[in-house]
Amino acid sequence: MTPEFGHFALALALPVALVQSCIPLIGAQRRDAALMAVAGPAAMAQMLLIGLAFATLTQAFITSDFSVVNVFQNSHTAKPLLYKISGVWGNHEGSLLLWVFILAVFGATVAAFGNNLPDRLKARALSVQGMIGVGFLAFILFTSNPFLRLDPVPVQGEGLNPLLQDPGLAFHPPMLYLGYVGFSMAFSFAVAALLEGRVDAAWARWVRPWTLAAWSFLTVGIGLGSWWAYYELGWGGWWFWDPVENASFIPWLTGTALLHSAIVVEKREALKSWTILLAIITFSLSLLGTFLVRSGILTSVHAFASDPTRGVFILALLAITVGGSLTLYAIRAPKLEQGGLFAPISREGGLLINNLFLATAAATVLLGTLYPLIAEAFELGKLSVGAPYFNTVFIPLMVPLAILMGIGPMLTWKRGDLRGILSRVKAALAAVALVFGVALLLSGFSVTDVAGAAGMGLAAWLAVATLTEWSGRVRLFKAPIDESWRRATSLRRASYGMTMAHIGMAVLIAGVSGSSAWKQENILTMVPGDSVTVAGFDITLNGADVIRGANYESLQGNFTATRGGNAVTLTPERRVYDQPVQQTTEAAIHTTFWADLYVVLGDGPDESGRYVVRAYFEPFVPFLWYGILMMGFGGLISLSDRKHRVGAPRTSDTVAAAAGA
Amino acid sequence: MAAVNQKRWTFLLPILIVALLVGVFAKRLIDVKGGQDPSLVPTVLLDTPVPALDLPPLPSRGEGLRTADLKKDVSLVNIWGSWCVACLAEHPLLMNVAAENAVPLHGIAWRDDPSASLRWLARNGDPYDLIGQDPVSEAAIAFGVTGAPETFLVDGDGVIRYKHTGPISREAWDKTIAPLIEQLRQ
Amino acid sequence: MIKVSLLTLSLFVATLAQAVEPGEVLEDPALEARARVISQDLRCVVCQNETIDESNATLAQDMRRLVRQRINAGDTNEQVVAYMVDRYGDFVLLRPRVTPQTWLLWFGPILILVLGGVVVVRVMKRPASNVGEALSQEELDRLDSLLPEDNETS
Repeated sequence: MTPEFGHFALALALPVALVQSCIPLIGAQRRDAALMAVAGPAAMAQMLLIGLAFATLTQAFITSDFSVVNVFQNSHTAKPLLYKISGVWGNHEGSLLLWVFILAVFGATVAAFGNNLPDRLKARALSVQGMIGVGFLAFILFTSNPFLRLDPVPVQGEGLNPLLQDPGLAFHPPMLYLGYVGFSMAFSFAVAALLEGRVDAAWARWVRPWTLAAWSFLTVGIGLGSWWAYYELGWGGWWFWDPVENASFIPWLTGTALLHSAIVVEKREALKSWTILLAIITFSLSLLGTFLVRSGILTSVHAFASDPTRGVFILALLAITVGGSLTLYAIRAPKLEQGGLFAPISREGGLLINNLFLATAAATVLLGTLYPLIAEAFELGKLSVGAPYFNTVFIPLMVPLAILMGIGPMLTWKRGDLRGILSRVKAALAAVALVFGVALLLSGFSVTDVAGAAGMGLAAWLAVATLTEWSGRVRLFKAPIDESWRRATSLRRASYGMTMAHIGMAVLIAGVSGSSAWKQENILTMVPGDSVTVAGFDITLNGADVIRGANYESLQGNFTATRGGNAVTLTPERRVYDQPVQQTTEAAIHTTFWADLYVVLGDGPDESGRYVVRAYFEPFVPFLWYGILMMGFGGLISLSDRKHRVGAPRTSDTVAAAAGA
Repeated sequence: MAAVNQKRWTFLLPILIVALLVGVFAKRLIDVKGGQDPSLVPTVLLDTPVPALDLPPLPSRGEGLRTADLKKDVSLVNIWGSWCVACLAEHPLLMNVAAENAVPLHGIAWRDDPSASLRWLARNGDPYDLIGQDPVSEAAIAFGVTGAPETFLVDGDGVIRYKHTGPISREAWDKTIAPLIEQLRQ
Repeated sequence: MIKVSLLTLSLFVATLAQAVEPGEVLEDPALEARARVISQDLRCVVCQNETIDESNATLAQDMRRLVRQRINAGDTNEQVVAYMVDRYGDFVLLRPRVTPQTWLLWFGPILILVLGGVVVVRVMKRPASNVGEALSQEELDRLDSLLPEDNETS
């Protein structure tokens, strides 16, 4: 397969996407089944064509075909295979290709498994999906062609930024894109519903699995990025409130809100226009992230080499997509409103307040991220907004949300019983008191200690309240154990998914609080033979050796860490890559269940043979990863629920009939 | 979260916010396209006296740089280093300025090994009247410097009148800096 | 996705240091703790949104050293920060000061929460009318028979 073949396939995908975006839409308008039926094959063809283009580019990377500019600029023959492959999306053009490929895969999935969807909704959703495809394919073909050739052909490539040559970062972008692009399905369904002029419980059920899938991927994708920053940047930080991190976090917040508000649409036929708006906004914010990274409009360490021409193109895409859908929203949404009574103390009331806090949090992060730009545009001066701001405003919004999360699932629909709930949260309150007290006794009484202990108490509250809710469902200890068992095994997977994700959030809160409050560090110089004690670990530097890796040279330190008679060897590295010549640090991390011991080898040896050593004790950092994995896994469990399975056999068009379409 | 009978304009709110943001982005893109670098930070030191300086000279190069040296005449202070690639690009212009004797030109060798600075000057020419060493960024921070090269135009009373970030182009010299020097001398 | 901006590379290529170095640390732990607190609110001006505390850039290192120098000389935290602001402007602050220029930034979140709260209260007070277009009970029943209902609530 020559690169031209890939380019040709990609060019062919554009008219196919055009067909997909126009014909089914006309068909839906005219109720012409034949025209609507074009959507499915077109979506399939689009996926195959873009898939071919992607495969061609990947092949060029694997075989180090440096006649392709993109491969020349981002690859090298000595690179391990994994990083040759991840190099495909380690650059602007290739990552965009991955973006549209995932978009096409989602479209094709709807085409293949969406047999239970009403024909017109399906045709319209696929048509909207096609329109997004048209925009991005045009963007690639006209401004960012990954298949450009180079003549004469260089013998060697320029290599991939060593920071990107890392397992965590190899999979971070695909996961993130699966999340971003996954929200395009919710967007397409929302626009399709606006075109139809009706939103009902069935619609909410069709949208939820896509949102759930996207949300789970995005959760894991953000987690991977955070994990990478933690072990790679050499000082144990895991979240920086960098504009590009925020760009992925904002759609996560609105996506989480969408996940919950869709439940209200499904159960109570309420919050319809708000849910539609959330679906539009969530995908729009995903597009915004793409725009910010590639336009050079914001300065961030994560930004691709910026190009204002591309920026103009994406901004136009953004303006058309978001502007168009929101205009449609402004016209159609006022007619959607209806719905039942909202008691303040009820499940739907709780979900409404959940949405209030999540939406405010998302707006806050967006405001902080864009404020330097806004300030400059209105000539309010040049200023910076960083972590201290975000921590100050974000945490107060998250605390009430986490408290509410504990009781929300206990509330019943329509009218909840607050008194009954107060009696059910006794165990959770006791857990708060216990954990808070023990944490204070173990740590101390400084301001940070109290804050950390309070965070731990909050985590305990959420975890125990969530478990209480689950045990209430299975009537644990209230019914004979075999009945509880029967109930536990017949509980819906969606319910287990919720329990798992909420406990994951509790674990995450514990990780955030504990690692922020009780991190210990020791920065010092050591000569081989020296020892230092950090959080009960005796760490001895044995020496350091130069070793040779696949495409780098490394100074590898050798430390022994002992605690309570157990010794482990730690080998932090300082690497210098061959091409491009760049230095990276590889921290050595010893993980116990509760904490990480994190050792970095800094400068050295100097004339007297001394090395700079940084040793950190990072309590509860592993909880961050446990929590994120539980949340992502919870989403997938819920996704596997029968009611969410997209392809479940079902008498097709009857659903639409039942819904009174 | 719209209520029943809600005013229609609330449904327009999202698109108004988006329109505003698109406007902000578009303005920024136009600025960037017009050659403005978004990472440039304008100095807050304009029209303030130069910071107190007492920088040691490079070895074998006479006097260092002191505040008093900047209060004699309109002068330029150029922050530079032998490690700085962009400084090399700017250098021919500075040599030209020195050759024309247009204005006293002083250098601050920022975070540089003195012998490396001297070798660099020997190789590329030495346009500076006075040079002060700034090994730990004392002067650089006092001048609010964010990178090299940066050039400050100081008037005869030792007040900062202009700052140029990055290498000075011929165009910037002819159109901005040279006329300013003329103006300040009057 | 990490690509250091070209400008930063070309203007500021210097040796790689790594956040706080052992030689920088003040002997008095109380003073050192103050230095860390101050450093975490100051932006590394050659970096993109990094604090000087975590930055590897040499200028950040020198700014950290200067912060410690000022502390040793008896400056209060506010005086140290003011020293930096005098030279770099508000740009150097990662926690912008509350001024008319930043009112929207600081009070915007509260405003959004309050306005949202008002809407929430209105939604909750709204009568259960206007369900004309909603599904009839018959339709709902039929829908439930087609889409398996989650009786346990989720």
